[in-house]
Amino acid sequence: MRFFIEQVGLCGPGLTSWGSAQNILAGREPYSDGETIIPALSLLPSNERRRAPRLVKLALAALTDALPPRAEHPCDYASVFASSGGDGEAVHAIMETLAGTAPELSPTRFHHSVHNVAAGYWSIATGSRKATTSLCAQNGSFVAGLMEAGCQAASASEKVVLVAYDLPYPTPLSEVRPIGGTFAVCFLLSPHASDETIARIDFSLASAAPTLCRHAALEKYRRSIPAARALPLLECVARRENKTLTLAYREDCSATLDVTPVS
Amino acid sequence: MTPLPLHVTALSIVSALGDGLEPMWTAMSFNRSALAAAPTEQRLPLNAWIGKISDLDTPLPAPWLTYDCRNHRLVERALHADGLMAAIERAIAEYGASRIGLITATSTSGILSTEIAYRQRDPGTGALPAEFSYESTHNTDAIGSFLRARLGLNGPAFTLSTACAATAKAFAAAARLIDAGLCDAVLVGGADSLCDTTLFGFHSLGVMAEGPCRPFDTGRSGISIGEAGGFALLERAQNDAALPDFCLLGYGETSDAYHMSSPDPEGLGSEAAMRRALEQAGLEPGDINYIHMHGTATLAGDAAEDRAVTRVFGETVPRGSTKAATGHTLGATGMIGVATALLAIQNSFLPGNQNLTDLEPGFSSAHVRFGRSAPVKRVMCNAFGFGGVNCSLIFGSKG
Repeated sequence: MRFFIEQVGLCGPGLTSWGSAQNILAGREPYSDGETIIPALSLLPSNERRRAPRLVKLALAALTDALPPRAEHPCDYASVFASSGGDGEAVHAIMETLAGTAPELSPTRFHHSVHNVAAGYWSIATGSRKATTSLCAQNGSFVAGLMEAGCQAASASEKVVLVAYDLPYPTPLSEVRPIGGTFAVCFLLSPHASDETIARIDFSLASAAPTLCRHAALEKYRRSIPAARALPLLECVARRENKTLTLAYREDCSATLDVTPVS
Repeated sequence: MTPLPLHVTALSIVSALGDGLEPMWTAMSFNRSALAAAPTEQRLPLNAWIGKISDLDTPLPAPWLTYDCRNHRLVERALHADGLMAAIERAIAEYGASRIGLITATSTSGILSTEIAYRQRDPGTGALPAEFSYESTHNTDAIGSFLRARLGLNGPAFTLSTACAATAKAFAAAARLIDAGLCDAVLVGGADSLCDTTLFGFHSLGVMAEGPCRPFDTGRSGISIGEAGGFALLERAQNDAALPDFCLLGYGETSDAYHMSSPDPEGLGSEAAMRRALEQAGLEPGDINYIHMHGTATLAGDAAEDRAVTRVFGETVPRGSTKAATGHTLGATGMIGVATALLAIQNSFLPGNQNLTDLEPGFSSAHVRFGRSAPVKRVMCNAFGFGGVNCSLIFGSKG
């Protein structure tokens, strides 16, 4: 399966945006580890902005980094949202309430507990009626999202935006499902080469050991945050390398990406 | 360009109506419902009715005990209904385990296990019980991980979770996987099971019915929740196993871009999903013989869908909801739709819309109140969900 990357967005530890992270990922500037800073969102109407959970703000940060809102250029793409879990804060609050004697749930918390909460906020923010798909493949959610987005682009012959995002759960869920940090990555994929193309990807499935990050500090996140399994691809695109990568997917199944930079 | 039509070579369904297509057909032909008043230990502050599967008490077989939870017991039951297991084994022998995709779908997965674990937290430390396994029960993809292990599949797999449109959208994702050449067949489907999260959650939104739900009735007051699981095997090649006159012909997916938990009152997104499915199938509205509506019996949802369906199909194409028979099975409702479509086509029968006594004034007169015989070649199935997700599927004969 072949598709083309046109835009990239990023929000991760010490990686505040794709624009500023490219030099770091390419090894031209030093990496300094730090907390992920989720920027304030101008995209959402004030009602939604107030209520949006952190998970949604994280996904929308990477989306708006790749696709900054522009009045003359409405953001009208089909979308794929990949996350290894839902809004842990909402789930935790609901579980605590239900464990009590007279459960009364918050309706907002309840609709935040669905896996596709970020996709719902995104379609409201952009006004796009295009299809959105939200999916999960545990630690392999990024590759699953890339596969589904690539398939969508090919079968509908139109651009598709993919966002993968994960953040740590609150205690005690964090003890049974540890996630090593907060990370979101976004790609705008096209089925065709164009003036906007930055890399061509040939995608296939195999069973091989994953490509590691070049930065030891980032390798720690690749191993502990499911969405950060995209990091070797980000490094490769930032370095404009012609390279074959293996991205971790399922225990017995990996993705092979032949990456060809396009200038 | 498009892999459609795709052949359906097996289909299984389990709901409160029973295991398999046969009890579902019996219920459909006799206008029977599986809904009953929720037991008092459910602690619900209103007289809610539910579609509960009565005997999901047997743990999973030993090798898969780590995945044991109500949702996966339901999945296991669905594997054994309607000859599905034999069909999967035949497909593995034919294509190889890495060439069979697995698109699972669920809304709440095994969240009931986490509800139980939170009731058993250590009073001192707050820790969850040691035997609780989040990843193999509650994680959205627990169902996909369970089935990969259970069936020995090692091809592409993920779990789609778009609230109540989940299993419907799984068919579209499955078709794309085959289209992209990543597999030759896809096992598609999923399950959602009863839990406090959805019972109390829908109550908090004020959309739970007092008594049994009454889709499209003027006295409707909301949903009755049910549980269901089911799977279909989709293949590009037509082989001896293909169910006669039953292919996936088209799909349409859109978003409302309106509200997280309320439908767009105009139904513009759902209208676009129906039109796209028709366009992809190369069909006109008049080519559809029955519309299995999402029809959950909420005030807003039924009104928006009725309007949208009438804009696309006019007043003549028979339509209705089966939610009063099974309850709203949330993410699994797409599978109920597909199973209903198969039974309608196989038996030349239009299912009745139970509990519909006084049609809401202004709604279409094409709602089928009581099941009746009629030729059925093609069925559209609608499924809509939180986040404004819409999906319409068309099944039936390609000719």
